[in-house]
Amino acid sequence: MHRSGMVSIWFFIGVLLLVYGVLILGAGLYGLSHPPAVVLAELHAGVWWGVLLILLGTFYSVRFAPLRGR
Amino acid sequence: MPLLPAILLQNSSRLVSLSSVDIAIIVLYFAAVLGIGFYLKRFTKTGEDFFLAGREMTAWIAGLSFLAANLGSLEMMGWAGAAYQYGILATHWYWIGAIPAMLFLGLVMMPFYYISKTHSVPGYLKLRFGESSGTLAAVCFGLMTVLMSGINMYSMALVMNVVLGWDISFSIWASSITVAVYVFLGGLLSAIFNEVLQFVLIWFGALLISIIGLIEAGGWTGMVARIKHNFPGQDYTHLWSTLGSFDNNPMGIHWVGIVFGLAWVISFGYWTTDFLVVQRVLAAKDIRAAKMAPIIGAGFKMLVPFIVILPGLLALAVLPEHLVGQDQVGVSGSHSYNEVLPLMLARYCGPGLLGLGITALIAGFMSGMAGNVSAFATVWTYDIYRPFIRKVAPDAHYVSVGRWCTLLGVLVSIGTAYFVMQFHSIMDYVQALFSFFVAPLFGTVVLGMLWPRATPAGGFWGLLSGTASAIGLWAWVKITPSALQYVALSPKAKDMAENMYRALWSWIVCVIVTVVVSYLTRPKPVGELTGLVYGFTKLPSESDVPIYQRPIFWAAVVAVVFVVLNIIFW
Repeated sequence: MHRSGMVSIWFFIGVLLLVYGVLILGAGLYGLSHPPAVVLAELHAGVWWGVLLILLGTFYSVRFAPLRGR
Repeated sequence: MPLLPAILLQNSSRLVSLSSVDIAIIVLYFAAVLGIGFYLKRFTKTGEDFFLAGREMTAWIAGLSFLAANLGSLEMMGWAGAAYQYGILATHWYWIGAIPAMLFLGLVMMPFYYISKTHSVPGYLKLRFGESSGTLAAVCFGLMTVLMSGINMYSMALVMNVVLGWDISFSIWASSITVAVYVFLGGLLSAIFNEVLQFVLIWFGALLISIIGLIEAGGWTGMVARIKHNFPGQDYTHLWSTLGSFDNNPMGIHWVGIVFGLAWVISFGYWTTDFLVVQRVLAAKDIRAAKMAPIIGAGFKMLVPFIVILPGLLALAVLPEHLVGQDQVGVSGSHSYNEVLPLMLARYCGPGLLGLGITALIAGFMSGMAGNVSAFATVWTYDIYRPFIRKVAPDAHYVSVGRWCTLLGVLVSIGTAYFVMQFHSIMDYVQALFSFFVAPLFGTVVLGMLWPRATPAGGFWGLLSGTASAIGLWAWVKITPSALQYVALSPKAKDMAENMYRALWSWIVCVIVTVVVSYLTRPKPVGELTGLVYGFTKLPSESDVPIYQRPIFWAAVVAVVFVVLNIIFW
């Protein structure tokens, strides 16, 4: 989509992934001291997945930020 | 406690329990899709904006949306369950049952849809074969779309009730009102934007199950060994080597049914003529983007088994209990095949990740429903309302009709959902009805595009007789079960095999009747075939584009990967 003035869908996706990443990382860090009752909890999947979402979310939020093209 | 979380947490009978982080993730998702709908309303002013998203989507956006409209949550949960039940054979519906058809759509059929400037598939039939064929297709499609949408809505609400303990009415109304609002506001533009968002969330929500599952099972080799240990004497991990006989595989199907029934008729019928998916590609910004979109979709489609089929296979390897069919759940006390994805989600995902996984399921449901509703609004407005109710009106009037049709479609879907709640068996009938129409429609459209001699009468009678023969074959087996040996070529054939063969016969009837009637009736003048039929349509040259930007190049890449994958898992 290149319509004038329209914010890219990738920006919305980036922001949502970023917020989700923060929430999931926070829950994952809490899980370090209070492990959830799941199989392979010792992998701390929430921490790694949260970091991944934050990195991707930050990239897309910045790369497709509405003000960048102006 | 705020009202919404209170409702979400009210039922104690559930497969998984959500924490406050999970609920925050779900609530944020609802806020995001609604926010996008409100934001895009200002960009949706004309009919072209509302019904075809302004025809300015890039190939990537159209391609991902094309796939997301198909990747509903029921599709995900149903095929994960099918993978538990039938093993890797379920992958055929993602590979041979999709990839060749998607490539064919991109390379062969899309130029005609796009150049004809039609708003819909029934619209193309109207241009090629006249009012009667277009109207028959539009009425059948519109009716089936809202009915299917309602059935999916009810099924999803049922799953949310079992998995999360949510009230069924709450699930139906909350999700459908959200979809209605954002499609009402932004039309196809909003549906496509949200489908791309939903596609990303589906992947991030479901991918972790496969990753952690493979770690637990000891990789692919470890998983296969565990399945053999848990289910001795059955082969769940080979795609083709067990299809030489109806007896040798858990699906009770022969390779002829897979190749000619699924891969040829059903798959080509669905992917090339179901307006629900084709509408997304019609929104592409130019013909090259329109050709590339299904090819990009095919590339991602090949990866979907990693988040849908693999969890089902992993469940065979790692779950301590053996899952059962839905009809045995009450008797055995076990969980059903259909709950395999939520069970695996609960097995590996703690707070936060669980919310993301549930959001993926909700996103899948919404993308499928938005696809149904936006396609219904377009077909109703352009193929039924405009030709029969109000032929001449300002563009804004048709946009307004489309908006109200969106609400009407959602309301009819909700009504269907409550109707199905009372009469469960209707679900099987409506799903069968939908399949009746797809195979003959493919026969009619493909002959219309590739055979100039096909006449309007041939197109109409072929479509009608093909649909009627599908219904007749279905009714024959219902009334006389022994007829299965004739319809599916074997008394041992199961439901899936019967569907394959019924589709194949109805397609053959459609083609034969179309050809015979066409030879008996007068063809359309050559001048009226321009832009609609192969040989009478000037297709833009791609010689000025580098090879790596041409659709044919990427289609070849996808085709090679497709062949290699089938050999690896043979």
